Amino acid sequence: MTSSRESAVSGNAETVAWSSQEGAAALAAPDFAEKRRAFDGRILLGFLLPIAIALLWEAAVYFGLSQGRLIPPPSRILATLEALAKTGELWAHSWMTLWRVLTGFAIGAVAGIVLGTLSGSSRTIRQFLDPTLQALRAIPSIAWVPLFILWLGIFEASKVALIAVGVFFPVYLGIAGAILSLDRKLVEVGHVFRLSRLQLARRILLPAVLPEAVIALRSGLGLGFMFVVAAEFMGASEGLGYLLVDGQQMGKPDQIVAAIIAFALLGKIADSLLVVASMPLVRWQDTVRERL
Amino acid sequence: MLSLKHLSKTYADGTRALSDITLTVHEGEIVALIGGSGCGKTTLLRLIAGLDRESAGRIRLDGEVLSGPHPAVGIVFQEPRLLPWLTVFENIAFGLDGVSAAEKNARVSHALEKIGLSEHANRWPRDLSGGQQQRVSIARAFVTNPKVLLLDEPFSALDAFTRASLHEHLLGLWEETRPTVVLVTHDVQEAVTLADRAVVMQPKPGRIFDELPLTLARPRDRTGLPFESSVRRILTALDHSLKAPQEQPQRERDRQAAALWW
Repeated sequence: MTSSRESAVSGNAETVAWSSQEGAAALAAPDFAEKRRAFDGRILLGFLLPIAIALLWEAAVYFGLSQGRLIPPPSRILATLEALAKTGELWAHSWMTLWRVLTGFAIGAVAGIVLGTLSGSSRTIRQFLDPTLQALRAIPSIAWVPLFILWLGIFEASKVALIAVGVFFPVYLGIAGAILSLDRKLVEVGHVFRLSRLQLARRILLPAVLPEAVIALRSGLGLGFMFVVAAEFMGASEGLGYLLVDGQQMGKPDQIVAAIIAFALLGKIADSLLVVASMPLVRWQDTVRERL
Repeated sequence: MLSLKHLSKTYADGTRALSDITLTVHEGEIVALIGGSGCGKTTLLRLIAGLDRESAGRIRLDGEVLSGPHPAVGIVFQEPRLLPWLTVFENIAFGLDGVSAAEKNARVSHALEKIGLSEHANRWPRDLSGGQQQRVSIARAFVTNPKVLLLDEPFSALDAFTRASLHEHLLGLWEETRPTVVLVTHDVQEAVTLADRAVVMQPKPGRIFDELPLTLARPRDRTGLPFESSVRRILTALDHSLKAPQEQPQRERDRQAAALWW
């Protein structure tokens, strides 16, 4: 969680650096088509290494240099994925995992936003609330598992609770930090135009905090996916995490890798959806988005 | 008419930023507050804007005591302070809350035209240069038609060419509604270009040292002899204000008499 906080902070520094760069570059009227082309080229470059490794491994197994039993070649992984998709298992497990993540994320994010806002905007509440939350944050979230199981049973409630706890802290920290680092100079502009507290929150606080809030939500979502695996390890009969455990117990590495790939895709899609949904709100600094 | 009576400001740590400021600014007058750093110019402006509270004294606008930000008082800060998530148009319209959409549109469009940024109406502030951003900030203060406009060294971060063109834009906007303007500056040339009166301030604690009327005809010729001599008069007053903090200022009247004698 510390690292996610750090990444949020460095992302912020990047924002500042980039916007001043942007200001300087504005006069030079950048060629957007050229920028776009360079961007695409770099993406393709990133594909090169994994594809090369996959092809090499495929060839090694094909030519009998390796059995490929513990490390299955890409063709077998694809075949497993296809088989899982055909029987409908893949969709059922993915859906279960997604449902758990989204429910936990919704609860954790709402709690994080509410408490983060309170803690960020009122000194008294911060002094009252923050030490306790920081102390709780120091507990590795997985350590809650035995308690959650005792309290909430071994079914969905305990899993969702674990994910919610994991999501809560980065969101809380991100929102409170964003509000605390709000530029006093912009708030003064609001005072000059005699905005009420509510108007100030809506017209200055909210838009100013949004970019950092999106980053906080994204790191929260990432942690949600991390904790869903932990939750499904501790006993589940459904979900991608179950596929992992099952693959290990049945000695099916191809199923494990297939589940890992499904996790990666699911996480990436969820993150992209969050980015796309927040795009219109932070369009004014969309150049930053390309870099994150 | 803006009147300041025995205005003092002492900060919580005991620093006396302003002491016993009494100043009257007539309607439509442009007054330049000039002085070295730390003489409380910006503090004085923040008191008038209602962003800070005075420790003693009264600020009145047309008889009404000002306490806190007032709709008839606008301010342009040293930095543009545009809201980066609003377009140029929306930034200028920021203070026009109770105004109908059509009226808002008309006023902002007119202001955009005046500052020469009509074609940039829908761009983000980050796409503008520093000088353009400051023009937007001036327009944002003007569209609410304030009776008093406070300018806190708004051109200090700009190069000489940009500054000269902004002076013209400012006077162009001022001509329309002729608000009372209080301009804080440390640039003597700027004071002589814009102001009807220069108020020279003295530091520790901030107080008024001298007032010099600037009666040059507008538009002002920056290369002419009257301009030069006005600049020199202010520089002399500034010199005195810094050299002899306790000494009684040599009154403007005496100096004018001396000039006649010559």
